[in-house]
Amino acid sequence: MSRIQQHFDDMMTYALDQLTGKEDLTAWLSAESSDFVRINQSRVRQAGHVTQSNLSLRLVNSGRHALQGLTLTGDADSDKARISGVITSLREVVAAVAPDPHLLLCESAESVIDIGSNQLPTAAEATQVLLDASQDADLVGIWASGPIHAGFASSWGQRSFHTRHAYHVDFSVHLSGDKAVKAEHAGFEFTPQDLTDKVSAAKIQLTKMRRTPVTVRPGDYRAWLSPAAVGELVGLLAWDGFGAKSQQTRQSPLQRIVDGTASLSPLVSISESPTSGVAPRFGSAGFLRPAEVPLISAGRHAGSLVSPRSAQEYGLNTTGAGESPDSLTMATGSLADADVLRELGTGIYVGNLWYTNWSDRPAGRLTGMTRFATFWVENGELVAPLSVMRFDDTLERMLGSELIALGNHAPLSLSSDTYEKRSTGSVQLPGALLRQIRFTL
Amino acid sequence: MRAIATAFLTSLPAGGHVSLRLSRERSETIRVRQSVVEPVVRDDDFGATVVVTEGGGRGWAGTSDLTPAGLQDAVARARQWARASASQHVADLQAYVPQSGKGVWRQTASKPWQQTSVSDKIALLQAADTALNASDRIVDREAALWHTDVETLLVSTNGSDIEQRYEMLVPDLAATASDSNDTQLRTLGGRGVCRQGGLETLDDIQFLSRAPDIANDALILLDAPSCPTANMDLLLAPDQMVLQVHESIGHPLELDRILGDERNYAGTSFVTQDMFGSYQYGSDLLNVTFDPGVQAEFASYGFDADGSPAERAYIIEAGVLKRPLGAHLSQHRAGMAGVANSRASSWNRPPIDRMANLNVEPGDQSMAQLVAGIERGVLMRSNTSWSIDDSRNKFQFGCEWGQLIVDGQLTDVVKKPNYRGVSATFWRNLSGVGDASTWQLNGSPYCGKGEPNQCIRVGHATPMCKFSDIEVFGGAA
Repeated sequence: MSRIQQHFDDMMTYALDQLTGKEDLTAWLSAESSDFVRINQSRVRQAGHVTQSNLSLRLVNSGRHALQGLTLTGDADSDKARISGVITSLREVVAAVAPDPHLLLCESAESVIDIGSNQLPTAAEATQVLLDASQDADLVGIWASGPIHAGFASSWGQRSFHTRHAYHVDFSVHLSGDKAVKAEHAGFEFTPQDLTDKVSAAKIQLTKMRRTPVTVRPGDYRAWLSPAAVGELVGLLAWDGFGAKSQQTRQSPLQRIVDGTASLSPLVSISESPTSGVAPRFGSAGFLRPAEVPLISAGRHAGSLVSPRSAQEYGLNTTGAGESPDSLTMATGSLADADVLRELGTGIYVGNLWYTNWSDRPAGRLTGMTRFATFWVENGELVAPLSVMRFDDTLERMLGSELIALGNHAPLSLSSDTYEKRSTGSVQLPGALLRQIRFTL
Repeated sequence: MRAIATAFLTSLPAGGHVSLRLSRERSETIRVRQSVVEPVVRDDDFGATVVVTEGGGRGWAGTSDLTPAGLQDAVARARQWARASASQHVADLQAYVPQSGKGVWRQTASKPWQQTSVSDKIALLQAADTALNASDRIVDREAALWHTDVETLLVSTNGSDIEQRYEMLVPDLAATASDSNDTQLRTLGGRGVCRQGGLETLDDIQFLSRAPDIANDALILLDAPSCPTANMDLLLAPDQMVLQVHESIGHPLELDRILGDERNYAGTSFVTQDMFGSYQYGSDLLNVTFDPGVQAEFASYGFDADGSPAERAYIIEAGVLKRPLGAHLSQHRAGMAGVANSRASSWNRPPIDRMANLNVEPGDQSMAQLVAGIERGVLMRSNTSWSIDDSRNKFQFGCEWGQLIVDGQLTDVVKKPNYRGVSATFWRNLSGVGDASTWQLNGSPYCGKGEPNQCIRVGHATPMCKFSDIEVFGGAA
């Protein structure tokens, strides 16, 4: 048992000993020991390390409950004192609130222990590979690595724990201005040559950005969206598209699909599949997550992500975690990478989309920008980079009437999101060939 | 906090420049949704950031382990990274002397959060939630308060000793109206009505009395036609100006973006170093200040995370670009003056250049005069959508509420109002600036930037502003 898992176990034993009468307790731990090396101009911009351990306690008494988070030091005496103070604070709040009709607790004692092995290099060794491979380039990006832990414990006996030792390199090589090629490299076992090859491939692609950019007029264009670009579209949907609460309150941008008054292309099937990525198989309330939750099947609504709270409010079965997906997968199609340019013919090869947002949420209409390696293509040949363009179009067109084909593979992409902590999210999405995408500016 | 810092400095081995920034944020969120009191959520987030600068390198470490051993480990890790980066840092740090400062900055609340019981706050929110329940067509509604108490202490081996303490409040009201054809959301400002201080903010913004108006607005929007598509005058309320200023003035003027740090994530900038001092960013009506000293504004402070004293400065004056939003290290790298805006989202992230309070100074027109000067236009309130390109140039924004202006009169309400433009030309179309009576304090708790990612609070106080000949449009057919 690792030191952090042992400490979590010890602190839970202590916390549960503090309970009295009809009190129950659940606890969620989120912890990491991460190195972050930020790079600009193929040199180090910021290099550092984060050791953090955050515990969230929920105290329950006769249907009344409240939550409090706290940071742990790792020192038993210090943390016991803080936990004791938190339980006292929670008792005061619980006494002041009414029973919560939407409270759904996991009373299962079944535990999930899932500890990944550590195959990581030191961050200093790995970033030196990145710096050495990019000395003749202008590389910008970040290396992140180290163990990520999640734990759940309850007064009903569950003691689940999850550890992954993962790394992620998110980088771009730049020519000038906004002309650049983006790439990522992530996983659990690091091979220096693989990273060197990724940098080399990005540098080769960058040579195509040297041509004079093409600027197109606003209008409809045939387009290939890379898996990363599809990821940006689906990422916007992840905000509130698939959740039971947004669908029940008619705020989902997929509402017309949910209502059955519209559909996406029969090619489109989307699921939440937590076993495909690095996310734990249990949620922060202790419920086990199904291996797959179908959300869109052959273009039609197939299911929703249902938090324990929504399950109780709307009389649904919980899908075990929150209502934003963290492990989306999309069924692949038949278009091979080698055939993409030929099938695109004349149009736009979109390497990345960026900064998407809704321009008409109820209609599922969204806007966003092209970014990084996006090219004008003629007769199946890359002609020149495209000056950045804004699109404004609907999901029902982009993933519906205008969708011609999906790529035949969906690479696993681990999330590079590091807001507050390193993400355990991932996506597996194919690219998409569109008959039209509408550019507006 | 003081005891931890004193012990840290006392036990520190000699070598290089070392700083310790202790940060503690205690927060509480109370929400009533659809007549149900959701669980009260509290948080006590306490940790430290250590930065070591030595031998031409620099490293940092963030830790929640505040024991002596934990902080020693943080110093060792930061020093390790300083040494590893010494010969390959992007900045020339051989002659760099980190900033130092001394002082105490405290903001006081006239109605401190802690002096009102949880029960009374719940009762207030229940009253607001009830007031939002205006119709069967209101399908979702909520009233919430998010309070945070912030305490920091910065000490360093070159004499820094800075204590800062303040509290802040983010109130929220939201009503969703829906029928078989459409769904419309109306809010207090999408958490943009956020202030430093305590519960006095609720009095200032008339929190409770605005609840029925918000519900009624949502119902009006449900029945309203979509905003027309045309080029016309655009009158932006302060709760939309927040995003306009933030995205198309604030971000492109951050010096670390101009120096390329953000090119892989938040993006680059159409602004270059040579443009400062001469570039005409907007019309001569445009005056923008960096001002961390505005009472109650969301991102006010006395000193930034490096220890630089916060001072008001013109960023754009009479439309001309004056200085970038760059802190001590960025100023060293760029060789130009900036502002005190080195900030970190928490103890677990290193400071970088952030906006803090970035404000548009009031002009000389009343709301009535601004409206009267528009022959054909639209008023837009309350941001709901934002998107801008990598260089912070081509943008598109959407608002909750639109109202047509015809021959100097406010007329029909329109829904789904959007507009788009290009930063480099949009601000030159600024043709009217509201006076102090139209100037409001707003901001956002959610400005994202940096690798590793950091979500930070910003303040934007602005008046009503009028722009001429802007492309506006509505929802999908």
